[in-house]
Amino acid sequence: MSDTLIKTIFGRLTLESFPIHEPIVLATFVVVALGGVALLLALTYFKLWGYLWKEWFTSVDHKKIGIMYMVLGLVMLLRGFADAIMMRLQQAMAFGANEGYLNAHHFDQIFTAHGVIMIFFVAMPFVTGLMNYVVPLQIGARDVSFPFLNNFSFWMTAAGAVIVMASLFVGEFARTGWLAMAPLSGLDYSPDVGVDYYIWALQVAGVGTLLSGVNLLATIVKMRAPGMTMMKMPVFTWSALVTNVLIVAAFPVLTAVLAMLSLDRYVGTNFFTNTGGGNPMMYVNMIWIWGHPEVYILILPAFGIFSEVVSTFSGKRLFGYTSMIYALIVICILAYLVWLHHFFTMGSGASVNSFFGITTMIISIPTGAKIFNWLFTMYKGRIRFELPMMWSIAFMLTFVIGGMTGVLLAVPPADFVLHNSLFLIAHFHNVIIGGVLFGLFAGINYWWPKAFGFKLDKKWGLVSFWCWVVGFWVAFTPLYILGLMGVTRRLRHFDDPSLQIWFIIAGIGAAIIAVGIAAFLIQIFVSVRNREQLRDFTGDPWDGRSLEWATSSPPPEYNFAFTPVIHDLDAWYDMKSREAARPTTGFRDIHMPKSTGAGVILAGLSAVIAMAMIWYIWWLAILGFVGLLVVAIGHTFNYDRDFHIPAEEVTRVENLRTQALAARG
Amino acid sequence: MSRLSRITPFVALPLLGGCNTVVMNPAGDVARQQADLILWSTGLMLLIIVPVMILTVLFAWRYRASNKDAEYLPDWDHSTGLELIIWSAPLLIIIALGALTWVATHTLDPYRPISRLAPGKAVPANQRPLEVQVVSLDWKWLFIYPEQGIATVNELVVPANRQVRFRLTSSSVMNTFYVPAMAGMIYTMAGMETKLHAVLNRTGQFGGMSANYSGAGFSYMNFTTHSVDQAGFDRWVDGVRGSGLQLRRDEYLKLEKPSEKVPVIRFSAVESGLFDRIVQLCAHPGETCMGATMAHDGHQPGSHPPVNDRAPRAGEPKGALLKDPGEKGSSPHVTAPHGQPHGNREPGNDSNRNMTRLELPALPGTARAAQG
Repeated sequence: MSDTLIKTIFGRLTLESFPIHEPIVLATFVVVALGGVALLLALTYFKLWGYLWKEWFTSVDHKKIGIMYMVLGLVMLLRGFADAIMMRLQQAMAFGANEGYLNAHHFDQIFTAHGVIMIFFVAMPFVTGLMNYVVPLQIGARDVSFPFLNNFSFWMTAAGAVIVMASLFVGEFARTGWLAMAPLSGLDYSPDVGVDYYIWALQVAGVGTLLSGVNLLATIVKMRAPGMTMMKMPVFTWSALVTNVLIVAAFPVLTAVLAMLSLDRYVGTNFFTNTGGGNPMMYVNMIWIWGHPEVYILILPAFGIFSEVVSTFSGKRLFGYTSMIYALIVICILAYLVWLHHFFTMGSGASVNSFFGITTMIISIPTGAKIFNWLFTMYKGRIRFELPMMWSIAFMLTFVIGGMTGVLLAVPPADFVLHNSLFLIAHFHNVIIGGVLFGLFAGINYWWPKAFGFKLDKKWGLVSFWCWVVGFWVAFTPLYILGLMGVTRRLRHFDDPSLQIWFIIAGIGAAIIAVGIAAFLIQIFVSVRNREQLRDFTGDPWDGRSLEWATSSPPPEYNFAFTPVIHDLDAWYDMKSREAARPTTGFRDIHMPKSTGAGVILAGLSAVIAMAMIWYIWWLAILGFVGLLVVAIGHTFNYDRDFHIPAEEVTRVENLRTQALAARG
Repeated sequence: MSRLSRITPFVALPLLGGCNTVVMNPAGDVARQQADLILWSTGLMLLIIVPVMILTVLFAWRYRASNKDAEYLPDWDHSTGLELIIWSAPLLIIIALGALTWVATHTLDPYRPISRLAPGKAVPANQRPLEVQVVSLDWKWLFIYPEQGIATVNELVVPANRQVRFRLTSSSVMNTFYVPAMAGMIYTMAGMETKLHAVLNRTGQFGGMSANYSGAGFSYMNFTTHSVDQAGFDRWVDGVRGSGLQLRRDEYLKLEKPSEKVPVIRFSAVESGLFDRIVQLCAHPGETCMGATMAHDGHQPGSHPPVNDRAPRAGEPKGALLKDPGEKGSSPHVTAPHGQPHGNREPGNDSNRNMTRLELPALPGTARAAQG
C-alpha cells in the first residue's frame, strides 16, 4: 500500500503511537489490559451482560443513572489520584543532580491529566450523580423531566472519560496544564494529539454536562410535588437549581472557546495564535469566564449536602433557611463577575484589578453567612456524630482556611507574589478537597442507605475520614509554606535542596490520603459483605427531614406510589410530626418511561467521531457523524417509549413494605 | 504604610514560625509592601475565622447528643438579630479589606513608577529609572539594557536602591517574570508589552524564574538576579562590554530557538530597536511590524486584507483539515527525537518541544528505551 493510502486510512495513527518504549506506561497498560480482560471474562462467565445492558446501561431511571455517575467518578478518582502520587513522588525526588523518574514529556502530561480528570471526570460526575439521585426524590417526582436525555448525558460524560483514558495508551495527553492555555495549546507549540484529546474529551463530556443541566433545571422548575413552593424546597435541591443555572450559562462558553481552539487547529484560523490577528488573552478570558463559575458548580451542591446533613444530625430545622437561599443566589450571580482574578498578573490596570478583587471578596460574605448558618443550626441541637456529620464538621474547620487564603489571593498585590505559586495550589486543593470532596463523602455516607438499603460500615468510614483529613493537612500545609518561599507550580525539578524536606512531607500526606481512599473502598466492600447487619428497613435510617426519606430504601422504581403533598419546608419531618399515615390501598397504574439503548449508541458514536478527529482519520469521522444523525433521527421514530406499572404490581411492592415496616414495629 | 511595618512582626510571628520565606522577607520595597499586605489581610480575616473555628468546635462538643444537659430547641431556626450579625460582620471585614485593596492595588500597580525606594525614602528627583527590557524565550530569559547597549541571557544585574523599569514581552508562549525577593510577577506575552517597576534595597543574589508553565524546558527557566552597588554595576557593564559577542537580529533568531539549561551569555552590543521589533512580531526578516500595518491601515482604511484572511506563511503549521495525507505526520507516543536534541526554526516542528531527555534504567533484558 502506498504511503498516501495508509495515511488516508489511518491518519496519523502509526505503530509508534503505542507506548512500546515507555516502561511505566507499558506496565500500566499491561495491568489495565489484563484487568480489563479479566473483567470482561467474568461478566461473560457470570452471564451479566444482559443484566447490565437491560437494567443499567439502557436504564432511564434517574436513580440508576445517578449510581452510574458515582461509579464513573470513583473509577476516575483512582486514575486522577495515581497521577497525583506520581507527581508527588517526582517532586520529592528531583533535586539537584537527581532528575527524578519522570521526564518532562511525561510529567507535563501527568499534571495536565490530573487537573482535567479531577475536575471534569471526578468532581463533576460525583456532583451530577448525587443531584441525579437525590433531587427527584427530594421534590417528590417519579423521574427527571427528560429521562432519555438523562441516560444520554451520562453516556456522553462516560465517553469523554473513555477518550481521556485512551490517551494514556494511544498517543499522549496534552502537555499544557489543565486549561490548555493558548498559544501553548495552539498548533504552533502543541502539534501532537495531546491537545486534540483534551478538546474532544471535554467537548463530548461537555454535551453531557450541559444537557444534564438543562434536564435538572426543568425537573426542579416543573416537577415539584404539589405544595412545594420555591421557598419550601430542600436546600440541596435549591443548591442543585442554582448549580444547574450556572452549568447552563457557563458550559456553552467552554464549548465555544474550545470550538475556536479547534478551528485554529483544524482549519488554520487565528483566534488565539500569536500572529495573524489572533489574541491568546482572549482564550484566557473566555476559559475563565467558564472556569470561575465551574468552581461554584462544584462547591454549591456540596453546600447543599452540608445543609441537609447538619440539619438532620443536629435534629433541628436549618437555621436561616431564607438567608441560605439568598446567599446561594448571590453567589450564583457574583460567580460571573470575578473571572479576571485568575490573571491579575497579566497587566490589567489597577482599577480593573481592584474591581475584580473586590467582587471576589464580596463572595465571601454570603459564603461566610452560610458557615454561620450551619454553626447556628448546630447551636442548641442534639448532634449525632455519624459519618456525614463528621465530614461536615471537618469541612467547616478546613474550608474556612481555604476561604481565607482565597480572599487573600483576591487582593491583587498579594496575588502578584502568590499567583502560580504552590500557595495557590494549596488554596484550591483546600477548597476543592476540604469543600467539594468532604461534601461528597458526607453525601455518599448520608444517602448510601437510601440507595442500597443498608448503611455504610462506620469503622472503616472513620479510618477513611481521619486519613483524608489528616492526609490533606499533611499534604498541603507544606505547599502553603513553599508558596511563601517563592516556589511556583508545575516544576519538574528543583535546584534548592533545602526545599526537599517539604516535598517529602507533602508526599507523606499524599500517601496518607491514599490510605484514606483504600479505606473508603474497603468500607464499601465490608458494608456490602455485612449488609444484613447494616440493613435499614425503615427507609429513614438517620431520622431525616426531607422527602427522600419518606419512601423505602432503595426506593421502588416509581419513587412514590402517590405523589406526596407538601405543607412545610422539612416535608418528611412535618409528616412524621403530624403522624401522617402511609397510604396502603387505592394504588393506580403508574406511567413510566421505558429504557432505550439509543443513549449508549449515540455516545459511542460520538467517541468514535472524537477519536477519528484526534487522529485525522477523516473518513471515519464522516462515517461516524452520518451514523450519529441516522441513530438520532431514527430514535425520534421510536414511539415505544413508555409503559405502565400495573396497579397490582404497585400494590404488591407497597404491601411488602407495609409488612416490613410492621415486622419492625 | 510605615506604621504598618512596625506592627508587622507581631502579626508575622505566629504565621511564619521561622521559615525562610522569601515572599515574607523580601529584599525589595515593592515585595515588602506586598508581604505587609498579606499579613494585614490575613490578620483582618482571622478576626472572623478564629471565632468561627472556635465556635464550631465548641458547639459540636457542647451540643453532642450524649450531653443531655444542653438545651435542645429543635424548631429554633430564625433570629433577626443573629442574621444581622452574621451578614454584617463579614461585610464590615470586607469593607475594610476592600478599601485596603483599592488603595494598595493602585499604589502597587506594576505599571506605575514607584514613589519611594524604601519606607521614608523617596525616589530622588534626579534619579532616572534603569530600563531593562525582558524577553522570555523558549526556555531562557533575555535581558536587554538599552541605555548601556548590552544584553545578557539568564543573568539580571541591577544596582541596589535604584528604580528599575522592566518592559517585558515574549517570543513565543506566555511566561511569567518573577523575582520573589524583588516584586510580584507579571506575564510576558508575544505581541504585547507588559511593565513592572521595582527596586532592590539590599545587595545580594536572588532567584528569578518563570512562574507560568511554558513547555518542556520550563523547569530550568531560571536566572539569578544580582543586586550590586552602583560601582559594582558599572564594573559589570564594562565587563560585559568587553565580552565581544554581539546581539544582532540573526544572532537573536538563533538564540530564539528552543533550548534548555542555557548558561549565562553576555552580549557587548545589541542591535538598536530589537526589543520593539520583538514586541511588534517583526524580528524575522520580511515581516511587517504590527505598528506599520496599523499605521498604514489608519491612513488608507481597507488597504490591507483582513489579517486573518491569508494563506499560512512558510513554516507556519497548516490546519489539520487542510493537510494532504502525506502531511499528517504521526503522533508517536514517545516524541523525543533520538540522538542529540536540536532546535529548529520551524515553529510547528516537534523537535522544538521535546528536548528534555532522561535516561531511565533499562529493564532487564531490554534495550535502553529512548525517552521523551
